[in-house]
Amino acid sequence: MSSPAESALGWWGVLLAILAGTMRGGTPFLFVSLGECLTEKSGKINLGLEGTLLMGAMSAYAISYLTGSPWLGVLVAGISGLALGAIHGWLSQQPRVNDVAVGIAMIIFGSGLAFFFGKPFIKPTAPQLPTIDLAGWSQNPAVEAALKISPLFILGALLAPFLHWFFSSTRWGLYIRAVGDSPAAARAMGISPFKVRMLSVMAGSFLAGIGGASLSLYYPGVWTERISSGQGLMAVALVIFARWNPLQCLLASLLFGGAQALGPALQSVGIKEGYYLFNAAPYILTLVIMILTCSPQRTLTGAPGALGQEDA
Amino acid sequence: MSQEKLFHLSRRQIVRGLLAATAFGVTTKFGTGCTASTSGQADAGANAGSGDGEQMTVGFIYVGPKDDYGYNQAHAEGAAGLTKALTWVKLVEEASVPETTAVTESMRSMIDIDGAKVLFPTSFGYFDPHILKMAQEYPDVQFFHCGGLYKEGTHPKNVGSYFGYIDEAQYIAGIVAGSTSKTGKLGFVAAKPIPQVLRNINSFTLGAKSVNPDVTTQVIFTGDWSLPLKEAEAANSMADQDVDVLTCHVDSPKVVMETAEKRGIFCSGYHANQSALAPKGYLTGAEWDWANIYTKLLTDIKSGKTLMSGDIPHLLRGGLKDGFCKVSDYGPAVSSDTKKAAEAAKAKFMDGSMVIYTGEIKDNKGNVVIPAGTSLKQQDPKLEEMNYLVEGVIGSIGS
Repeated sequence: MSSPAESALGWWGVLLAILAGTMRGGTPFLFVSLGECLTEKSGKINLGLEGTLLMGAMSAYAISYLTGSPWLGVLVAGISGLALGAIHGWLSQQPRVNDVAVGIAMIIFGSGLAFFFGKPFIKPTAPQLPTIDLAGWSQNPAVEAALKISPLFILGALLAPFLHWFFSSTRWGLYIRAVGDSPAAARAMGISPFKVRMLSVMAGSFLAGIGGASLSLYYPGVWTERISSGQGLMAVALVIFARWNPLQCLLASLLFGGAQALGPALQSVGIKEGYYLFNAAPYILTLVIMILTCSPQRTLTGAPGALGQEDA
Repeated sequence: MSQEKLFHLSRRQIVRGLLAATAFGVTTKFGTGCTASTSGQADAGANAGSGDGEQMTVGFIYVGPKDDYGYNQAHAEGAAGLTKALTWVKLVEEASVPETTAVTESMRSMIDIDGAKVLFPTSFGYFDPHILKMAQEYPDVQFFHCGGLYKEGTHPKNVGSYFGYIDEAQYIAGIVAGSTSKTGKLGFVAAKPIPQVLRNINSFTLGAKSVNPDVTTQVIFTGDWSLPLKEAEAANSMADQDVDVLTCHVDSPKVVMETAEKRGIFCSGYHANQSALAPKGYLTGAEWDWANIYTKLLTDIKSGKTLMSGDIPHLLRGGLKDGFCKVSDYGPAVSSDTKKAAEAAKAKFMDGSMVIYTGEIKDNKGNVVIPAGTSLKQQDPKLEEMNYLVEGVIGSIGS
């Protein structure tokens, strides 16, 4: 339809790439950050989501390849996350065990397990998740490609307000918040902090596993050992940035996804200088957020009171 | 405090546990040690003489998985081809070995336990200090490293290095890309601006410009050898900018090839054959042909030649003519005229009359880098210090 001059987007391409990047690259951030948000609301920190992400990516790809059903892959990715979450949830609640240390061990365990079982699945091409095409109106192939949205992204985008409502307006949400803010008070209410935290960590890991599935079954759509490149850890920083609010997690994930697309997009329109700097955009963003949100004078608003503390 | 009881261990339990662990360790060590030592003896015999029917153990170490459609797969296919060609070669392999002391341990166990006499630690970063250290420790084992870092005099005599001028194959891929592209815009996803990568980009571009002088190559540097997400972003954003042939120089071209196919544009492979990933858009590709080189090397070793005596050159290099690399079979989108042009160039490489870097060549800032009348042949050391992008490449090597 369009002549090359028209379809070459130039600077619009950068905006389009960032827009597409927010949705493509933001999906794993979204799921991991929502999972971490749920976990941290209950007072536990799970740094192991990086390992969960890899395990999810691997199992989703493997199951999709073996059974031919990508949706089954997504489910199994969630279940593999659930299993890793159960280990973390149980282990991190033992006496004198530190969440962060267990989390780091779980990163190594999860990624090691994923690499071990993932060996035979690097080569084959697995069926990918179908995409929802929102660009029927456009003749421009670039716009069409940018607006191919993953159903997982929509699922995540719906999950964020749901979690917000869940925390603020349901009994179960109250339990989680109570356990996270003051386990002693929760125990007095007759709630078992152990069980609530266990379930929260497991559910959070389930979500992170699905985030992994979106990496291997949607974008970039392959299974390799370098697929996650630290996104699981960045998502933890993102939760702090979002002040433990699921709706803000959604916005923060979009921001991080867009930041990832910035470097390549700018190079493609001929901004030749400083690509290392642009490529580092997501990491710089993480640092800036940490500096802006951390202050010795005040504690963070919205932080669960008993976050990461030893259960009394 | 009742939970603490859970972890209480009596002294008796600890002693029992220690004994069990020791017994387990001893039995497993005994089992593997036993099988390895027999093969070790057999190999020692094979190494000394050139008797037929005796096995020789050859070790291959890869930095990534063996089936990544990339650098490691190219080497693993070479190793598989070697065992097929020479039945007396016993192959031991280890994949995903990081460029740390882990590779030292892998080499040591291949030598001590498996009895390997020839090792191919293939990744670039294995060389210094890991291979050098092991080479001093085991002077009768021959180490072949892919890269070309060997320096006469400073490095041990039992170390050799080999590398191919794969940019010749990239030049031919460039001819195919340049004549197939409709928009005249080619895209190159590159990892880092180092000489080998720049040489591939430049040769690809010069090949394309030899058939269509107006062609441009857009380069995007991702910053590292394996960043799937960045590679996908780079491929997508170039597709957005009307680039219609994509190629790359990263460890695993899988993401770039699949993204190109998804976006309905052409692609040109690297390292290994990726036509299975992009059945419609795969034009051709620059592949390594390590099976050929490995078979030659091992045949030489079997006939009694060694690095130590100098019968096998310490620096082994070559291009298309010497069988270090090859060009993938042409895909369905390549026209017969294009094939003819590509084959003509290939024939010139094969008879040695082709020199890619013949002046005058300007860089993309307008400076003359190779003056008219000068031609830098394949082996010219100046080409190994390449620090420019030729005219027609859009991109910059400065960070």
